[in-house]
Amino acid sequence: MSDSSDIRKKTGPIPRKPTAAEQEWERNTLVPSLGKSPERQKEFTTTSSYPIRRLYTDADLTEWDAARDLSFPGEVPYTRGIHPTMYRTRLWTMRQFAGFGTAEDTNQRFRYLLAHGQTGLSTAFDLPTLMGYDSDHPLSEGEVGKCGVAISSLADMEVLFDQIPLADVTTSMTINSPAAVIWAMYLAVAEKQGADWKKISGTLQNDILKEYIAQKEYIYPPEPSMRLVIDTFEFGMKHTPKFNVISISGYHIREAGSTAIQELAFTLRDGMEYVEWALKRGLPVDEFAPQLSFFFNAHNDFFEEIAKYRAARRIWYKAMAERYKAANPRSWALRFHTQTAGCSLTAQQPTNNVVRTAIQALAGVLGGTQSLHTNSLDEAWALPTEFAATVALRTQQIIAHETGVTNTVDPLGGSYFVEALTNEVEQAAWEYVRRIDAMGGMVAAIEKSYPQREIAEASYKYQMAVDKKEKIIVGVNEYVTPEKPIEILQIDETVAERQRTRLAKLRGERSAAEVERRLNALRKAAGGGENLMPYIYDAVKVYATLGEVCEAMRAVFGAYEEVAVT
Amino acid sequence: MVEKKIRVLIAKPGLDGHDRGAKVIARALRDAGMEVIYTGLRQTPEMIASAAAQEDVDVIGLSILSGAHNTLCPQLMKLLREKGMEDVTVLVGGIIPEADVAALKQAGIAGIFLPGTSTQEIVEFIQGRASA
Repeated sequence: MSDSSDIRKKTGPIPRKPTAAEQEWERNTLVPSLGKSPERQKEFTTTSSYPIRRLYTDADLTEWDAARDLSFPGEVPYTRGIHPTMYRTRLWTMRQFAGFGTAEDTNQRFRYLLAHGQTGLSTAFDLPTLMGYDSDHPLSEGEVGKCGVAISSLADMEVLFDQIPLADVTTSMTINSPAAVIWAMYLAVAEKQGADWKKISGTLQNDILKEYIAQKEYIYPPEPSMRLVIDTFEFGMKHTPKFNVISISGYHIREAGSTAIQELAFTLRDGMEYVEWALKRGLPVDEFAPQLSFFFNAHNDFFEEIAKYRAARRIWYKAMAERYKAANPRSWALRFHTQTAGCSLTAQQPTNNVVRTAIQALAGVLGGTQSLHTNSLDEAWALPTEFAATVALRTQQIIAHETGVTNTVDPLGGSYFVEALTNEVEQAAWEYVRRIDAMGGMVAAIEKSYPQREIAEASYKYQMAVDKKEKIIVGVNEYVTPEKPIEILQIDETVAERQRTRLAKLRGERSAAEVERRLNALRKAAGGGENLMPYIYDAVKVYATLGEVCEAMRAVFGAYEEVAVT
Repeated sequence: MVEKKIRVLIAKPGLDGHDRGAKVIARALRDAGMEVIYTGLRQTPEMIASAAAQEDVDVIGLSILSGAHNTLCPQLMKLLREKGMEDVTVLVGGIIPEADVAALKQAGIAGIFLPGTSTQEIVEFIQGRASA
């Protein structure tokens, strides 16, 4: 038996004792009705196979205390949201993840999105960039500009943000293992534009733990990787107080096949791990914690997702206030970005994905998200076309302006079902946290492949349920119709050629001696204990490439190889 | 006589680390009674071809979601030909635009499985090839 069902048994639906009135309803109304028209299934479960009861009543909330567990928006434990007025004052940031081809191509898409009412940028990098390789590295062949934009040096970064004022626009960058290097390039562009580092804002994903757990874009072993992350915390604390130096991400954990509870638990335990490493470094909790942010998935199961976001805020508050003794309310409040579930999109009947995405986005909004990305209908096939990306952005605008869900704060607060599910999800997540604590923390758990195994187990079970049609996916295993291929965005190999030419020119024009001198200084510092951010910044400023900087550190740190679990 | 188990190498070529599909397929084929070897991540076509030779597999299953299939698949097929391993069945699963399917088949890929394919369909395809 897998641990996940074990956890459910231990913490799952809290035993309930119906009131006399409810028992009477069961006798007089329910039982006769079931006799005539039985229910469609024996058991009803969420997308994550979590059991859901027929009806939730006050009997499900006997342990629940509205003053303690629900409270008010903007007040602890933040169940109802981190701001007192939520979307009545300010809508969430509509932040569509974009990036493909060269820096010029993506710069154009960024400017298009901003012109159409998008309120923040979010950068997708290609696989070579994510792995710390330049576009002209042999392993980059076939991958340049495919899954995102190719950025090999500060020269590319300058083009990427050309005519986009970094003083005004907040930018999120989905980059992890080479996060410190890409961030240094971004800061260099900001400096060139004359933007004040103290005022610029944005988010660096920089979450290496979930890479070992789920997405697997790692370069170095955990220890030096964690050092780099804490280096960025320390640097950000001092120089960029408004920048989110990390986006602790459950998104990829969920995409790898986890349940909602696993996503919640592993993400928050990752967050605790970063806090513990920063405390070990001697950073004061209330100075770095306000710059930590989170990132969750929005999958199909509407209420399970909403419960997950509400529970996340409660858990983080308790962890920060009680476990780490943070005193600043800004350290307690969990701020998060949401992206609708890429893994829920179907290649079949892609128009249906607009509907899936809208419902998932609505869950994110009812869960109190601070920013949102809605996937495009064609993303089971490729990066989105401009048409598909526009529909995705419009979906958010419709939720914001036409549905009325932004008129009041936490509209689902007090619902028997939502509150009971929030409690259950929270308890199950704490049980995972306790297990990981007992293993010696998240790095130790990763080295034992614990979260990896839990996710693989859940993902296999899900696939089997779909294959057996226990779970219906419209257009895939039911309601299947013949269809024609859709038009998709193609990235051709000229992107790689253009990148190679640009890199060759760059390598010819920059001062080779200066680059070498600064890379040597970085190598030396990597061997010691200093904060590496200033060294990385110095190197990228003279156009040392991403690959060169990452390689300099690889020479000292070594490379990570996982034990593959199947 | 005990029937010889079908031997399958599941491989993740390229830089992509999204291994959900590869792992699910590896386990489903194993549950269907096949001998499955999973290479782990970031395998070059050279590494995959030599692992396939070393393990003497009947089938290679590639999982590619990154858009690099047009580069990686022909490279692997060329290496297999050079090693005289034309009899190995090569399958690709992942995100493959329909426009690329014909060229991949031309290059010698025996089966292409798009998102939404059930594991049973892949099991049956492999069993069908083995008994043919």
